[in-house]
Amino acid sequence: MDILLAIAIMALGAVVLGAALGFASVKFKVEGDPLVEKIEGILPQTQCGQCGFPGCKPYAEAIAKGEVDINLCPPGGMEGVQKLADLLGREVKELEAEEKPKQVAIIDENTCIGCTLCIQACPVDAIVGAAKQMHTIIAPLCTGCELCLPPCPVECISMEAIGENLDNWKWKYPVVEIKAAVLQKAA
Amino acid sequence: MLMNLFKFKGGVKPPTNKTQSLTLPIAQAPLPSRLIVPLHQSIGGTPRPVVQAGDKVLKGQLIGKADGWISAAVHAPTSGSVLEVAMHVQPHPSGLDALCVVIEPDGKDEWIAHGPLDYAAMTPEAVREHLQQSGVVGLGGAAFPTHGKLTASKTVPMDELIINGAECEPFITCDDLLMRERAEEVVRGIGIFRDLLQPKKVLIGIEDNKPEAAAAMRAAVDALNEPFLVIQVPTLYPAGGAKQLIRVLTGKEVPAAKRSTDLGVQCFNVATAYTAWRTIAYGEPVVSRLVTLSGNVHAPRNYEVLIGTPMGELLKLAMPHPDTDGIVMGGPMMGFLVPNDQVPVIKATNCLIAHSARVFPPKAPEMPCIRCGACAEACPHELQPFELYWFSRAKNFGKTQEYHIFDCIECGCCSFVCPSRIPLVQYFRFAKSEIWAREREKNAADGAKTRFEFKLLRDEREKAEKAEKLAKVAAAQAAKKAAEAAAAAESGTAAVETDTAPVTAVDAEKEAKKAAIAAAVARAKAQREAAPARNTAAVTIEQQHAIDDIEARRAVLEPAPQTSAAPPAEKAE
Repeated sequence: MDILLAIAIMALGAVVLGAALGFASVKFKVEGDPLVEKIEGILPQTQCGQCGFPGCKPYAEAIAKGEVDINLCPPGGMEGVQKLADLLGREVKELEAEEKPKQVAIIDENTCIGCTLCIQACPVDAIVGAAKQMHTIIAPLCTGCELCLPPCPVECISMEAIGENLDNWKWKYPVVEIKAAVLQKAA
Repeated sequence: MLMNLFKFKGGVKPPTNKTQSLTLPIAQAPLPSRLIVPLHQSIGGTPRPVVQAGDKVLKGQLIGKADGWISAAVHAPTSGSVLEVAMHVQPHPSGLDALCVVIEPDGKDEWIAHGPLDYAAMTPEAVREHLQQSGVVGLGGAAFPTHGKLTASKTVPMDELIINGAECEPFITCDDLLMRERAEEVVRGIGIFRDLLQPKKVLIGIEDNKPEAAAAMRAAVDALNEPFLVIQVPTLYPAGGAKQLIRVLTGKEVPAAKRSTDLGVQCFNVATAYTAWRTIAYGEPVVSRLVTLSGNVHAPRNYEVLIGTPMGELLKLAMPHPDTDGIVMGGPMMGFLVPNDQVPVIKATNCLIAHSARVFPPKAPEMPCIRCGACAEACPHELQPFELYWFSRAKNFGKTQEYHIFDCIECGCCSFVCPSRIPLVQYFRFAKSEIWAREREKNAADGAKTRFEFKLLRDEREKAEKAEKLAKVAAAQAAKKAAEAAAAAESGTAAVETDTAPVTAVDAEKEAKKAAIAAAVARAKAQREAAPARNTAAVTIEQQHAIDDIEARRAVLEPAPQTSAAPPAEKAE
């Protein structure tokens, strides 16, 4: 009799706990892959497609699946590669392409014919203008992805490196000067 | 006046070096050969230039219009002509350029029409607005637009208004002399702040190494019959830091990530009160300030200096010794070497110290940290600089924030006491600006991501809308075809035709679409030719010339638009 009671209690426990687990798995279901989100947080969100994927999210998904290397994002630079390597426990690799300084697109407004092609190409809605109206770049929103360059029929868009200015200037890492010790001449 | 004073932890007592520049009264600096007035002189938006090269300006004329609420106007410091509005090196540790208005004085120093304001009749809003338009900013060093601090909190009652005359940095004496010589105007200025903020008490804190200034201020307060308390605080660097002075005078400690107004306290510098009074009582905008010239010079003294005066030219008045090799702006604890001697005096410039190896002997080389904890004892904010140092040095920025790096006021006490002579503050500045840069980048990336996602969503929606429209047209066409087929069936040829009906429907649909596009193109063309541009109705002759030029250029580029128009048309099909 005792043994039956024990089995019944264990069975009851199993049912209750199983129901709780089942409920939790539905209630606290994690939407999407948290790893993809983490990877996407590291990617610079320029949406430039230089990695061969149409945007940062598809690239992040591909990395999470382990399909591609982590060194395909030139705007992220070596720092980005390092961070991805730390996150994923993969080896740091040299960047595939050359690392470029941060840039911003500039439209030569005298040459612009107002064709709206660059507006359609811009992934981050950083160009304003309308058909037959002059277009211009909203510089603070521009990610410097260069996607507006090829569609322009009159080649009026150029990329300009963002130099150091008072708004983005940073204090430098203190340099410890190492001075050569004065050699004492043997007497 | 006996009052219970409080203490802040830490602090240091560097040699004050104030007596040198205190022997002589304030003198007026002569007009310099030219004035370089930076537009960005206060925290907040950069004022927009309202003059251009060749313009004649009068003293006090607006040259930079405030951009936004937290921003203060900039005025011409003397009469003359504008040589250029161009980039010039700034008195900033970076040595970078910013937009400046360069004025060549005409020697007449002729004021623009100005006069006293009817202060009694002004609303508080009008006073704040006037202070902003007159370019009144905090002259203690941070240069925060003063009007932005003069709105009392709606939730917290204003208990104390603190007026900062502590001037704790060595070498600097401009506030001391201002209080000695112009105490009455300072007290009247404090009266304006009092009227706007309605505090319960007004406390004027002055370090006890300035008895003359304190006596002059007391006399002025008594003469004007104001209920302000002049309190002498112990001389201890950095007693003049806003949070330290608040602590000493009220015992209130401003927590991290909160402002003093959240505790019912507001703090202003004495020189700020002085300029506020000048601008109300005389209508004079801020075009000059007191600057202490000291250090490696023959004749240290305080001068009333026009904003924009090149520092090298100004320092010559104090006759620097020949071994002078640089100019420090600010005091020896928080100041920095300016990039060159052509940089101008700005509203935040309280002191220029001629630098030489004699006044500031070169530091012995930096040694490893021995974790003695002297920096933690000296820190007036009760931080642990040695821990912050490790983490800043290792670029472990998350950890530096855990140790509250943003509470650091960069006063330099830790570097001052460090037996290993580690430039601690430089490490903290590096870490702070790195954290800020990352924050900026992160915000930019997040913004780009949301805009990109929205664009994708929009593209999807547009595609869906287009598909829906096409489906509707197709359905209509099919219905028409079916009706036709039905009609044909009635006439007897139905059996053969029904099989081919769907095919012809699709063809017809395509035909209709093509026709519609052609019609749209024709309509657009007709519209373009028929409708004259609205903005060309009333143009001046110059504008007409400009338009003609553009049309000529457009004629050259005429083939281009047509080639450009092709791809979207294809896409539409």
